[in-house]
Amino acid sequence: MRVHLIVVALLLQVSSAVQAEVYERTLGNGLKVIVKEDHRAPVLVQQIWYRAGSMDENTGTTGVAHVLEHMMFKGTADIPAGEFSKRIAAAGGRENAFTSYDYTAYFQQLHKSRLPLAMRLESDRMRNLLLKEKEFDKEVKVVMEERRWRTDDEPHSLMFEKLMATAYQEHPYQHPVIGWMNDLQNMSAADAQAWYQTWYSPNNATLVIAGDVKAQEVFALAQRYYGGIPAVRQPQRKAVGEAAQLGIKRITVKAPAELPYLIMAWHAPTLRDAEKDWKPYALEVLTGVLDGNSSARLNKALVREQQVAMDVGAGYDSVARGPGLFVLEATPREGRTVSDVEQALREQLAALVRDGVSAEELQRVKAQVMAGEVYKLDSVFYQAMQIGQLESVGLTHKAIPVMLQKLQEVTAQQVQDVAREIFNDDRLTVAVLDPQPLSDKPKANPGAAHAH
Amino acid sequence: MLTRFLSVAVLSLAAGVAFATPQIQHWQAPSGARVYFVEDHGLPMLDVAVDFAAGSGFDVAGKVGVASLTYGMLDLGAQDLSEDDIARKLADIGAQLGGQFDSDRAGLRLRTLSNATEREAALDILARCLQQPLFPEPVLAREKARLIAALKEAETQPESIAEKAFGRAVFGVHPYGWHTEVTDVEKIQRAELEDFYRAHYGAKQAVVALMGDVTRAQAEAIAQRLTAGLPAGGADARIAPVMIRIQPSEQRIEHPASQSHILMGTPGIARNDEDYFPLYVGNYILGGGGFVSRLMNEVREKRGMAYSVYSYFMPMQQPGAFQIGLQTKKEQADESLQLVRQTLRTFVDRGVTAKELRAAKQNIVGGFPLRIDSNKKILEYLSVIGFYDLPLTYLDDFTGKVEKVTARQIHDAFKRRIDPDALATVIVGAPEVGQAK
Repeated sequence: MRVHLIVVALLLQVSSAVQAEVYERTLGNGLKVIVKEDHRAPVLVQQIWYRAGSMDENTGTTGVAHVLEHMMFKGTADIPAGEFSKRIAAAGGRENAFTSYDYTAYFQQLHKSRLPLAMRLESDRMRNLLLKEKEFDKEVKVVMEERRWRTDDEPHSLMFEKLMATAYQEHPYQHPVIGWMNDLQNMSAADAQAWYQTWYSPNNATLVIAGDVKAQEVFALAQRYYGGIPAVRQPQRKAVGEAAQLGIKRITVKAPAELPYLIMAWHAPTLRDAEKDWKPYALEVLTGVLDGNSSARLNKALVREQQVAMDVGAGYDSVARGPGLFVLEATPREGRTVSDVEQALREQLAALVRDGVSAEELQRVKAQVMAGEVYKLDSVFYQAMQIGQLESVGLTHKAIPVMLQKLQEVTAQQVQDVAREIFNDDRLTVAVLDPQPLSDKPKANPGAAHAH
Repeated sequence: MLTRFLSVAVLSLAAGVAFATPQIQHWQAPSGARVYFVEDHGLPMLDVAVDFAAGSGFDVAGKVGVASLTYGMLDLGAQDLSEDDIARKLADIGAQLGGQFDSDRAGLRLRTLSNATEREAALDILARCLQQPLFPEPVLAREKARLIAALKEAETQPESIAEKAFGRAVFGVHPYGWHTEVTDVEKIQRAELEDFYRAHYGAKQAVVALMGDVTRAQAEAIAQRLTAGLPAGGADARIAPVMIRIQPSEQRIEHPASQSHILMGTPGIARNDEDYFPLYVGNYILGGGGFVSRLMNEVREKRGMAYSVYSYFMPMQQPGAFQIGLQTKKEQADESLQLVRQTLRTFVDRGVTAKELRAAKQNIVGGFPLRIDSNKKILEYLSVIGFYDLPLTYLDDFTGKVEKVTARQIHDAFKRRIDPDALATVIVGAPEVGQAK
């Protein structure tokens, strides 16, 4: 308990010094600008977050959010293809972009003096992108190579893709962010153009600047570079959901590999109201209890004691626009099967539902959360990232201290209650990797030789 | 999340004359360990790294894998602490224990709150892991089994298959090219780990890096406390010389994947090589500078043939690899390979343009502040400076050295170092002979 109090006291010190320096302003065109001042190093990051991710796509054009992200580097009337990257590089910068189910974001990291350049380039491509057929045809091939590399030839990724497509039957989370290969093959520049016109506007974006800057100067620059871009009327977003599952789902994925692999995923709520919700916080703590360190329940029991698994992990993300999943994954030890591992995982979950968690376990997770809050201040990029993510899923950066507080208030009873509710087979999808030999040579039966 | 571009993380050192660099304090602890410290009270936290010349390059023939297992077992049982105690007690105070292991180095990393209670508890655990590891027999048996399974899995995955074949083709019998086999792991005995530990984890070869919220006096005490109880050590910290010239080779390995994984290269340079700067700047232009590199431009931007294509030098104690890599669908593997070879050949034959050189310098020099903008990054620089015995002014000097590089030096260094006709090439998931293009 004492440790906890010290950590909290420390955090409050840090918070008062750092949290106070978040400023926000919304421009006349609807662009929300958030500034996090951090003067430790003479650098800054600019991130622009568009509230458009793969979950906003339609059947037949899955992957278009991500393809457009690639195309955003292919030039405007003022800045020819490739020139964006060249100018950022010449300014000593680093840049990249990323697309998720929920949003698409672009960033540049630079010396603090280069913000005007970054803003000029980023604001230019918010409205002036030229989507040329010739560039599109090349870039969509790059994306197909990316898909082969990331998913098609990666057994675990492939399996996760199939799991998502099974767990979600209505919600667009069933489609992979990178898109189905068929849709990529049939995609046109016009699809990307339509996407761009629909979603890339100041009133559908959040601009986050973090680093060695002064908020008022940033607001003035933002007004200058972004302020003149007209707002675009946003289409009505249809509410999408996922009806209750009616029974356990099981799938098998065959891929070239040596070891089998198991994923178990239960439908789980995500954060909607940072003040009032409690289940997402209890689930975060539950994740820590199961897998927060190498002596946490799963690794201790399955890898160290029973030695039924080679690796095991738990995952849950409370911050998302859509409905979530609580995921367990494990690789069986040689001589053990996925059924053995599933059984062992189920025993752990049953014990948790039956007996709850100890005060020590709860405290340990909370101490890690609080220390992590201090460590996060070592990365300007991550601080900006957290703000952008929360803004993009419909929460706000103001939820950050609330979420921290709420996590600290989670009780053992809540963890047990949420476990009882979530770990129900009617919410569960189980995916199994069935490893295939690389060649046509018959493979030795992996279950036969090394009994334990 | 998908990113537009895969960045290859290779630690490279750079610094700027125009930018403030961290004030590095350096001393030798009474134990003999060399200490590198940057005092910074900006955040209430402390990062510590302790490294040894105990990487996989110090394995000996017939005992491959011992270095890696010794390192991997450091935090799996120490005096009065079971592996669970270690993990649990660190978690209780929110401390994070990690590590660094490559061909040269093995070491632990600790991040903790700097408040006395947490800091002392965390350092106590780190001190015991470093100085009194137990290598418990049952834990070793389990870890061996896990490692064997991981090796078997790796043997089915194209990227791992390619790396293994590439290492062997570039380094031959040198330890930099060794790859741990299942049979190696099976025969490893606990006594071998203890012997390796006693020989390679001595204080005199330890490098301690400290970054963050402690005073000089505290840092001195911490460095001593972490190293005073280390074993005698005494093993040679030098790695055998690498044969620089290799015979050209091309291996085509079948794999059912949809893409071919292509690696090509040769032994490159050592950390203290006098060609380091021309090659570093030159490689930025060839394939190190992300979207603005020649390889990326030819293979991806002009033709859409790959998501990622890169080149790098891995400067180690002895010359590490110069490596070019890409993945592309099988049907166009040979065409990509020709394109990459031609791009490299042109680069080596004709060198770089004044415009390219200027752009490279602008990026490397102008981007310097980003390389030292966090405690974590500064800690890694301290470790590398200490481990490779680089001058304390390394960060201060770096941009000056980058600025001085000329196009002629780059041309000259690449011509002497990289022979496009004498490269090792590995293609996993190679198109079958006679397959339609």
